[in-house]
Amino acid sequence: MSELQISPGSVRDDLRTEPRLVRGIIIAIALIFLTVFVVLPLVVVFAQAFSRGIGAYVAALSDPEALSAIRLTLCVAAISVSLNLVFGLVAAWAIAKFDFRGKTFLISLIDLPFSVSPVISGLVFVLLFGAQGYWGPWLQSHNVHVLFAVPGIALATIFVTFPFVARALIPLMQEQGTQEEEAAISLGASGLQTFFRVTLPNIKWGVLYGVLLSNARAMGEFGAVSVVSGHIRGETNTMPLLVEILYNEYQFVSSFAIASLLALLALITLVAKTILERHLDEGQLPRGD
Amino acid sequence: MSGSTGRRSTLPGFGLTMGLTLTWLSVIILIPLAGLFLKTLELSPDQFWDILSSRRTLNALKISFGLAFAAALVNLVMGTVIVWALVRYRFPGRRIFDAIVDIPFALPTAVAGIALTSLFAQKGWLGAPLAELGIKVAFTPTGIFIAMIFIGIPFVVRTVQPVLIDLDVEIEEAAASLGASRLNTVFRVILPSLIPALLTGFALAFARAVGEYGSVIFIAGNLPNVSEIAPLLIVIRLSEFRYADATAIAVVMLVASFLIIFAVNRIQRWAQMRIPAH
Amino acid sequence: MIRRILPVVAGLFWVGSAFAADVTLLNVSYDPTRELYGDFNKAFAAAYQKETGKSVEIKQSHGGSGSQARAVIDGLQADVVTLALAYDVDAIAAKGLLSADWQKRLPLNASPYTSTIVFLVRKGNPKGIKDWDDLIKPGVDVITPNPKTSGGARWNYLAAWGYALKKYGSADKAKQFVGDIYKNVPVLDTGARGSTVTFVERGVGDVLLAWENEAFLAQREFGKDKFEIVSPPLSILAEPPLSIVDAVADKKGSRAVAEAYLRYWYTKDGQEIAARNSYRPRDPEIAKQYESSFAKVELFTIDDVFGGWAKAQKEHFSEGGVFDQIYKN
Repeated sequence: MSELQISPGSVRDDLRTEPRLVRGIIIAIALIFLTVFVVLPLVVVFAQAFSRGIGAYVAALSDPEALSAIRLTLCVAAISVSLNLVFGLVAAWAIAKFDFRGKTFLISLIDLPFSVSPVISGLVFVLLFGAQGYWGPWLQSHNVHVLFAVPGIALATIFVTFPFVARALIPLMQEQGTQEEEAAISLGASGLQTFFRVTLPNIKWGVLYGVLLSNARAMGEFGAVSVVSGHIRGETNTMPLLVEILYNEYQFVSSFAIASLLALLALITLVAKTILERHLDEGQLPRGD
Repeated sequence: MSGSTGRRSTLPGFGLTMGLTLTWLSVIILIPLAGLFLKTLELSPDQFWDILSSRRTLNALKISFGLAFAAALVNLVMGTVIVWALVRYRFPGRRIFDAIVDIPFALPTAVAGIALTSLFAQKGWLGAPLAELGIKVAFTPTGIFIAMIFIGIPFVVRTVQPVLIDLDVEIEEAAASLGASRLNTVFRVILPSLIPALLTGFALAFARAVGEYGSVIFIAGNLPNVSEIAPLLIVIRLSEFRYADATAIAVVMLVASFLIIFAVNRIQRWAQMRIPAH
Repeated sequence: MIRRILPVVAGLFWVGSAFAADVTLLNVSYDPTRELYGDFNKAFAAAYQKETGKSVEIKQSHGGSGSQARAVIDGLQADVVTLALAYDVDAIAAKGLLSADWQKRLPLNASPYTSTIVFLVRKGNPKGIKDWDDLIKPGVDVITPNPKTSGGARWNYLAAWGYALKKYGSADKAKQFVGDIYKNVPVLDTGARGSTVTFVERGVGDVLLAWENEAFLAQREFGKDKFEIVSPPLSILAEPPLSIVDAVADKKGSRAVAEAYLRYWYTKDGQEIAARNSYRPRDPEIAKQYESSFAKVELFTIDDVFGGWAKAQKEHFSEGGVFDQIYKN
């Protein structure tokens, strides 16, 4: 926000910013681009969802298949987010609070799911758990179903949301250093006490931030889940998969109705994210110079 | 690389947390990925090469990597313009536009896919006027390009934005007071200090677009050799039960994404060292 | 470490099994049967409840027939499969998941409803497509799915082949003819439904080779003012088969319900549902009743022309088979 402090009217001001016309053009380009590429697609979702009135919209969402997809999506998100939360806290502690060789490499590995194609994230689990895969036959003979069932969907979702919490926490905890924790330890606190009483309060907004982002991705994942789901209606279809199925069945209103729920989730995520970012900025202020 | 702070920590729990981290990392990421490589090892080098050099595979890879590169370039330029407008200027609705930059990141890809498709289809809000001009977007490679631009926007904006905000105004003022023109100041002083962030944003947008599936398959025509992306070809091979083909393509894409992510982390390290510790 | 992870893993699997509590069947089917089984499942569940007092829930999974067979082979827990063609069921049988004599366990070759392959063209039939020969004309874009993954696509392919064989008299000529058709194919979707969406929604192509029922459905959904159905004088009799997946049904103890489910197709009610959804019923009485809904087409069977599915599959669709020679990718 430092640019607010420019003193108006000084001679240098003209040299420190662009001419009015240029400014106008740049703002116009930015806004038109964002409107076409970001705002319009979002508006289209809601416009299509309500194109046959609110009755059709409500009917689409109260369909048993829709309800089951919503339930499954919530369930899978809860599993994957909570597991990744624990992992994120543990990994961030190890990586941010200690120095060791190969740190960049380890962070790269954690980041990997960010850039792996979602399709590949699903494919790897087919190769492991498919009846023709490495462990599939053994699992089948023990009556354990991973692929085409909730565990497979959860695994694929955990894979794609793997980095979010850890990556939100590592820079934050690195910046905060280790002095407070060391002081607590030297005063006789145990490791766990230190973590819960000293570290966690310092990073709570960062934790929420990571949870928020990984939740958004978990609920919206399409490619990876599509490969491992088996598309059993009312059982292994998540909301994004149902969006595709309904779309292919020419039920556009229903498809966009489900899509509008996901879009709403995205909007809520953004609002919450903006609020959290404000808290995160504030949290860092006292630490600044 | 290690020991950049040079301080030995006296905190407990390194062994335990590192052990848990590596275990969980192995279970979720490393073992499944290793399975993929192991599967490719079942192929002889000749078979592997045959799959990759088949016309359809080559074209799919070309389409995915080529269009992703082009889309990331567009995002690089447009992202910089957007960041500039958001950080340096005041205009009504600025905060809202700042927030909506993240929509492509938060919006599920399948939703983005059907939304972009109905927007750019021949009867869509944007498709109809474009069709009048003789431009077809949906179900052509242009559609893939559009979808890839959509999903890449936040990456450039969000990596460059904090750097531009933190940029020391004094350097700019100094340049200006020394008589440099505004254009010169922007291109010789400001942009160079944004280079690491720009590169990072570009690489992230590129990596995301290369692997993108959900938002692309609805709007792409999915014509073999024309508008069929590599991830879709993997899915097709998988459903044809040609696991070897699917894994061979997957391995190539995986290696590429690992290289990109590693490069990004290198760039960030490099950027941290370029700027004295704050 | 293991003690930490075990409860989590156990929790995952508990969630996985918690959904399959009641009498539930999973029917793994092919693409265009979504609406058909939507109707049929409702009718069967009502009939079953009336007869036994027990409620039954049927879950559906749809996709390209070949992909669906592979999903079952890969471990998708289907109690019954209702696929597009016998070969896909044979492929599952070959992995030991169901008995090899499955086709004899139900009447009529285990296919209670049939269909055929027709052409769906745009309003007014601008390219004047009347018969198979019109498909090889230059400038005609033909939409058909990928025979490697889709059952409908294999019927399309074999229907064209059967026509050419009859007209030109030799396998070489037929190969040439079918090859010429595929030269006009701009896109191969993985399933019949994908092809319909490509043709109808995306506006690609001049003619869609489609299941008769799928063509009727597209016309119903989008209006007769947009698409016309052209039935060629000669086409193939498509017999989509059904079977219990023994390995799954025995493990789950669902054989009795699954059996009742498949047999319900052979009742008047079942036949009527098929006819209403534009599948050709086998029951002579119902067939007579719906006679006017279906065009009179001379139909040849796969056994007549190709000597059965196993032979046709091996010759045409296996790795390096005729289709691979025709469509180099």
